[in-house]
Amino acid sequence: MLYREAGQFRTSYAADQQLLPIRQDRILMAVLLAVAFVGVPLFASDYWLTALLTPFLVFALAALGLNILTGYAGQLSLGTAAFMAVGAFAAYNFQLRVPGMPILGSFVLGGLTAAVVGVAFGLPSLRIKGFYLAVATLAAQFFIPWLLVKVPWFTNNSSSGVITSQPIVILGYVFDTPGSKYLLVLAIVALMALAAKNLVRSRIGRAWMAVRDMDVAAEVIGIRIMRTKLIAFAVSSFYCGVAGALYAYAYLGSVEPDGFNLDLSFRILFMIIIGGVGSILGSFLGAAFITLLPIFLDVLLVDGALALGLNLPSGATSMVQLVVFGALIIFFLIVEPHGLARLWQIGKEKLRLWPFPY
Amino acid sequence: MKTWMRILAGATALVIGAGAVAPVAAQQPNTQFIGITGYRVGPYGANGAAFFGGFIDYLNLVNERDGGVNGVKLSWEECETEYNNAKGVECYERLKTRAGTGPTAIHPMSTGITYALMEKAPTDKIPLITFGYGRTDATDGRVFPWVFPLMSNYWDAATGIVKFIGDKEGGDAKLKGKKIALLYHDSAYGKEPIPVLEAEATKLGFELKTIPVPHPGNEQQSQWLQIRQYKPDWVILWGWGVMTATALQTAQKTGYPREKMVGNWWAGSEIDTVAAGPAATGYYAASLNLAGKSYPVTKDVESIVYKKANKGSKAELVGTVLWNRGVAAAMFTVEAVRTAQAKFGKKPLTGEQVRWGIENLDLNAAKLKSLGFDTMLPPLKLSCEDHGGSGQVRFQQWDGKEWKSASDWMKGDTVLVRKMIEESAAKYATEKGIKAGCLPG
Amino acid sequence: MQFFFEVLIGGLLAGVMYSLVALGFVLIYKASGVFNFAQGAMVFFAALTFVGVQEKTGLPFWAVLPITLAVMVLLGILTERIVLRPLVNQPQITLFMATIGLAFFIEGLAQLIWGTEVRRLDLGIQDEPIAVMMDNFDMMVSSFDVTAAVVAGVLVAVLAVFFNKTRIGRALRAVADDHQAALAVGIPLKQIWAIVWSVAGFVALVAGLLWGARNGVQFALTFVALKALPVLILGGFESILGAIVGGLIIGAAEKLAEVYLGPMVGGGIEGWFAYMLALLFLLVRPEGLFGERRIDRV
Repeated sequence: MLYREAGQFRTSYAADQQLLPIRQDRILMAVLLAVAFVGVPLFASDYWLTALLTPFLVFALAALGLNILTGYAGQLSLGTAAFMAVGAFAAYNFQLRVPGMPILGSFVLGGLTAAVVGVAFGLPSLRIKGFYLAVATLAAQFFIPWLLVKVPWFTNNSSSGVITSQPIVILGYVFDTPGSKYLLVLAIVALMALAAKNLVRSRIGRAWMAVRDMDVAAEVIGIRIMRTKLIAFAVSSFYCGVAGALYAYAYLGSVEPDGFNLDLSFRILFMIIIGGVGSILGSFLGAAFITLLPIFLDVLLVDGALALGLNLPSGATSMVQLVVFGALIIFFLIVEPHGLARLWQIGKEKLRLWPFPY
Repeated sequence: MKTWMRILAGATALVIGAGAVAPVAAQQPNTQFIGITGYRVGPYGANGAAFFGGFIDYLNLVNERDGGVNGVKLSWEECETEYNNAKGVECYERLKTRAGTGPTAIHPMSTGITYALMEKAPTDKIPLITFGYGRTDATDGRVFPWVFPLMSNYWDAATGIVKFIGDKEGGDAKLKGKKIALLYHDSAYGKEPIPVLEAEATKLGFELKTIPVPHPGNEQQSQWLQIRQYKPDWVILWGWGVMTATALQTAQKTGYPREKMVGNWWAGSEIDTVAAGPAATGYYAASLNLAGKSYPVTKDVESIVYKKANKGSKAELVGTVLWNRGVAAAMFTVEAVRTAQAKFGKKPLTGEQVRWGIENLDLNAAKLKSLGFDTMLPPLKLSCEDHGGSGQVRFQQWDGKEWKSASDWMKGDTVLVRKMIEESAAKYATEKGIKAGCLPG
Repeated sequence: MQFFFEVLIGGLLAGVMYSLVALGFVLIYKASGVFNFAQGAMVFFAALTFVGVQEKTGLPFWAVLPITLAVMVLLGILTERIVLRPLVNQPQITLFMATIGLAFFIEGLAQLIWGTEVRRLDLGIQDEPIAVMMDNFDMMVSSFDVTAAVVAGVLVAVLAVFFNKTRIGRALRAVADDHQAALAVGIPLKQIWAIVWSVAGFVALVAGLLWGARNGVQFALTFVALKALPVLILGGFESILGAIVGGLIIGAAEKLAEVYLGPMVGGGIEGWFAYMLALLFLLVRPEGLFGERRIDRV
């Protein structure tokens, strides 16, 4: 009843082509953005901002990057964390070594560096497909952190290999409170998500999907496979690189190469699988789910045990958490292999007919 | 069926979203709340389980035996970090929101998490106690007022090991022309001793070869073949996790005597030697604390926490190296609170007040004896300049069944270490624009 | 030169240890097209269960082995029933992710049951240099490694007989060839999958025992999967022979690279060298050494 587009006519191509053709969606999006930009900074606690929302946004951006590569262009990658590391360390070095470098410029250059590295590791995709490619991207996952540890120049000769990010200053304003960092990340992520949404509707986006669905057929209809795949690697790595820079600058503050390990790559892969492969919205839903789930389980098990007066053997909660996490992943994959985004879509369909389904 | 499952899935997702929103923990008012960022899963879960087991056992002991610290009961909450930096930060932020006074003092028990929290601690006014890990130059408390690498740092360990080797060879002069190989975990942690060992090599005239082992280090054939070819007189093992056991096993396989291998304190627990089996016999390790159950405090824990209150974490762990280390770490926190209480009053204290307590901690021999830590730890006295307080290490040798003391408490080249710490801290201060100085009490 | 051979032999023997883990991946991929990332967790689970049962009951090796095997078979059957059957016909990546979820589940469960302590597993085989080799050629060859190689050889032989000579084996090959056709001629697909997962559980047990005896039974056993992945891509996902040959190549190449190239670039290159090697190799043969060549048609 509430969610019905009856009576909303599109009278121009522009109206037909817009991102959110249904009025209710536009209202929802406006409300969401208002809450995110105004409501959250006003009301959320520091814990929320630093420990939940900022990492959620950073991971959403990384998931978006991986989704472009895996979801839209169909190239499975297990090296996401490595590309994030490239972004983080490149941004650090640009900021450190180029005098007067604006911080946003460093982020962009960090992303571009990641894009270049991404293309280099994407080259094998021209010959290798499927899981062979996935395992091959592990080469990047192991090689890049090794290189960052081995060459002291990257970490400015820090004996420990840990880099501490410089303060974020834009036009004289220092982003040092949780709220300001959150807003900065939110703005960047919102812009890049908008760009991604448009990108996947563009010519190149459709070329990606053609390659994903059947590369031989795509080639036959005149899509240049090599160019398309490499652009996917470049764009995806750019997103991951910027996410890595934000991870270092706005979230953790100090990072070490070993922090960008295979576990992180898997986490991001989980996000897009649970959220929805080939869906921008899915990247956000998945990131929220995977970021919140462990915290939820932790809180539930610790507080739940306290409330029930159970004296769990110490350490058991951690194991139960792991078991439940694994089980829930499997459960979600079985129930909805297309992810939360699909679930949301089904919900919307139902909502359109509600309360009078056929 | 499918629809219901879908609804269930959707509902689960929503509940998770909503549930994480409202974390409320049952807290007892008027207690000294201690936040614990622990780990019991993952590749280092065994290490975490022993350390945090001891930590919590001691907190229980203080509550059960003494009724808290001067009547202020202790309460705590453990948050699982999985030894992951990002999760560590989340845990820290969560524990920060608990209780009015904050989490007292954090033991991150991970070098990576220490680095991630170091920037946050001064702003939040929460002291970090890094007992035998973390950033070495933080020993200079004038640059790092909120970080306490208690007792001894990695550079103390490295020079201590060189001293120990020198003693075994019959004096530092005998080290001239000797060959020492450093087999290290290829990470921030493993690279830590290299600069100080290089300085020692030039000074004492021994030859140093550094051989990295890539993480996780469960296959070390090539590293040990390199060692076999190089034929070093001693091997210093800077291992963590499975790497240590594998190193011992592969040493046996390549015929390198374990009596010529010296590990640091993270490569010297039962976890490492038990896994390696008979291959570990004869292996030395520098230690921060002795193993064993013969200390009065251990007896108290066994009789009061385990028998009487039945709140013990795991009986098998009692007396192991890492369990004892956890007990010692908890004792440092408790004594810091006690020291601070003398100044600020007998009530739950804030992180800022506890920081003062740590900085003015004075655990002399008599005090340690009264606490029941007789010989387990060396005396310790902190100051603003020296956030370590001791710099001593003691060597233990694995006899096939347990760790036996193999030396007295000893110091390495403290002058060299101090000089390098001050240089490094000064460099950090200039980079960060920090004005070095002591915080007012 | 003698040192070169020592490194080479050491590498080949290490490679056999990688092959053992890779075999489990191959079996499952061959029969059900699932890239089973939980294989590492299964290795850990098997070894931990073995030591745990041994500790609890004090039974001898030969009594504990069948018990553990039964547990692994049960695990295999349950996996097929609960995880894979509902996911039939899903894209490979979904199945792959499900096995990662399964890996978390198994790791948590294993430690929940048996605890996180590191345990010693003693198979009674000394990991020491063989004296004869040492005295005559001054070459260090470990008796343990040789035993492991023999075990791996026997295992491969048994699997080969199982696949080629038995009824189930023939059915397995039929399923691997074409699921639909196999189903059509009356091969019970579900049973076959359960059998394959059980056999993979058995291979995991063997790998777990050998790796566990060497490194101690601890969580880090799950990492052996990462050593097996380059072996897989080099050898091809579908080939048992490929897993063995791939293991030998990877093992030898990685050790030689670490010893001879490592010192030039600061060492520690083993972590990625195997992957790089496999990657370069794939550029020439995209389906691995013995993998099935796919022909794309529109």
